[in-house]
Amino acid sequence: MAKKNVNYISAKESRKISKENRKITKEFEAKRNRKHIPEEEYITKMKNPENCVEFDDVHTYFFTDIGTVKAVDGVSFNVPQGKTVGIVGESGCGKSVTSLSMLQLVQRPQGQTVSGEIRFNSGDECVNVVNAPASKMQELRGNKMAMIFQEPMTALNPVFRVGAQIDEVIKLHRPEMTDEEVKARTIEMLGMVGIANKEGVYSMYPHELSGGMRQRICIAMALACEPKLIVADEPTTALDVTIQAQILDLLRDLKDRINSSIMLITHDLGVVAEMADYVVVMYAGRVVEKGTAREIFKDPRHPYTIGLMKSKPVVGQKVDELYSIPGSVPNPVNMPDYCYFKDRCDMCMECCNGEFPEEYYISDTHMVRCYRCKEEGERHE
Amino acid sequence: MSNEKDYILEVNHLKKYFPIKGGFFGGVTGNVKAVDDVSFKIERGTTMGLVGESGCGKSTTGRTILRLLEKTDGEVIFNGEDVNKKSKKELRDLRTKMQIVFQDPYSSLSPRLPIGEIIGEAVREHGLVPAAEYDEYISKIMEECGLQEHHKDRYPHEFSGGQRQRVCIARALALNPDFIVCDEPVSALDVSIQAQVINLLRKLQKDRGLTYLFISHDLSVVEHISDTVGVMYLGGLVETGKTEDIFANPLHPYTKALFSAIPMPDPDLKKERVILEGDIPSPANPPKGCKFHTRCSECMGICKEVAPEPKDMGNGHVVRCHLYDDK
Repeated sequence: MAKKNVNYISAKESRKISKENRKITKEFEAKRNRKHIPEEEYITKMKNPENCVEFDDVHTYFFTDIGTVKAVDGVSFNVPQGKTVGIVGESGCGKSVTSLSMLQLVQRPQGQTVSGEIRFNSGDECVNVVNAPASKMQELRGNKMAMIFQEPMTALNPVFRVGAQIDEVIKLHRPEMTDEEVKARTIEMLGMVGIANKEGVYSMYPHELSGGMRQRICIAMALACEPKLIVADEPTTALDVTIQAQILDLLRDLKDRINSSIMLITHDLGVVAEMADYVVVMYAGRVVEKGTAREIFKDPRHPYTIGLMKSKPVVGQKVDELYSIPGSVPNPVNMPDYCYFKDRCDMCMECCNGEFPEEYYISDTHMVRCYRCKEEGERHE
Repeated sequence: MSNEKDYILEVNHLKKYFPIKGGFFGGVTGNVKAVDDVSFKIERGTTMGLVGESGCGKSTTGRTILRLLEKTDGEVIFNGEDVNKKSKKELRDLRTKMQIVFQDPYSSLSPRLPIGEIIGEAVREHGLVPAAEYDEYISKIMEECGLQEHHKDRYPHEFSGGQRQRVCIARALALNPDFIVCDEPVSALDVSIQAQVINLLRKLQKDRGLTYLFISHDLSVVEHISDTVGVMYLGGLVETGKTEDIFANPLHPYTKALFSAIPMPDPDLKKERVILEGDIPSPANPPKGCKFHTRCSECMGICKEVAPEPKDMGNGHVVRCHLYDDK
């Protein structure tokens, strides 16, 4: 028999898979939609109270008709209070799904966070976002944690004035405020994000604003309730370099002013180097390297991180030919059982045929999942 | 150095205005000056990078050169002949010599045609190779662009972004052109794929002696691939020159601001940053005098009144700014 084509499944198989999927997702949905979820199920304790967020072995899967896609497969990292954590990786590596899991915004019922804990320290209590009921999430989203999306035009509602859209957030989370107070607060926010004509912009529609202005509105909306955590999913990818510099400056400035943490998702290493205190490098749903920004940029260890750094041309450094990582990301439905990067890696060793490498800590903060760091990791321990 | 340089393309005072229709009778109420008096030359076998913010007219310049858009004024001289004076039939033949690679490889390929047909359609239309050699020719082009022969019967949706961009490049190359306009060919791709496509473009240039006009907003990519660079702002070129000169010694305040805004992948490097205030003004109603004066940190009285003339600062480094008037 010819080798089975892994990219093709028959209709019969597909039906079988979707039937099983329905069973699994139904179970998850039933659990989530219970009327009274006891508080003990989602109120927990932080491992380290200094952290704002702790991701602990989070798995987010998508149950599709061609198989289960493990978009986030055992991700663990911490976001300390008042710090910025940058998450980098190619498209499809699971960085956006990680951030959506944080806010419980993953497309349901196909997408489910199946195991792990995301502990969020909202100041007064610690919530495990994975198990939190919808009512609790509504209380947190926009209030204690907020998200800035990549494409500001699609994130804003085109039929409402921008002022009204920001008002809505404040009204929902600060019911004690009067309408005048809400409007005053919105205008104050617009001023804070650097919009000169704030009263005028308050009553404009999104299409009347430029891309940079729209992103400012999204930031104003996210920060309106002074959240503890800002999740910024590629906030500057759709913008020009000059506008990007303005927006990054603004985010940095506002973060310090309201003392919150930022989870910055991007594929631009330059942006990460400028903004982040800690960096997490993701590949095919897993964290392959994490550490402080200095460790990652000065001493990258994982071949993927090294490849990423070499493949981006840098102004002021002339090279004849850019390095390019050979091959492409493996099929997310049929992940290999060895290191996911092995087929593209030019520093492979014999032991790479074994299981996916463990987490090796080569310093207290610098973690690498590669066999090349095994000895050093053991020495450190 | 010989005085007679071989310029493949000369653009002189090119203008492209888009009329704004409005009013009660739908008359023309104004013009969007997308490209306003742009002049440059490209030497054969070199790459010119065109950088600037979105909406500054980079893509319109590229398209007007190829006559995908009709110019308003000025001339485009390609291989010693004025492109705009060509008849429809002559233009058809000329098109085989100048090609374009678009930004978005997802929307620039017909979803209904197999790859082989996409690449080969124009070759057959123009009768560039005898029918007997046609198949072989297409395979050769595909191989050159890093595609495999068995991809010929596949459809665009079966390919990833990087491979589609290779198909777009192969389609442009199949006509054996001298000059290719690359309109942001790598902006829609991931970093690692970007490197592959850039390397491919450079390799093809070396093998075939191609000339590129490389339009991009990513300055690091432009520095890597270009021999000369033009910086555009609001429809006009503010600075042109050799890549080394411009990157080592930017003169125009806009170029300086643009370069200082590039994020560097080095956490220790905290540089002085010139942050531009505000947004790019509307090209329908550009500011009087120097177009950049509304955002310029070194604006003087004269800037608001008189538009600066191009000034050669030596070695082909031309800048349009009043700061260098008396030098």
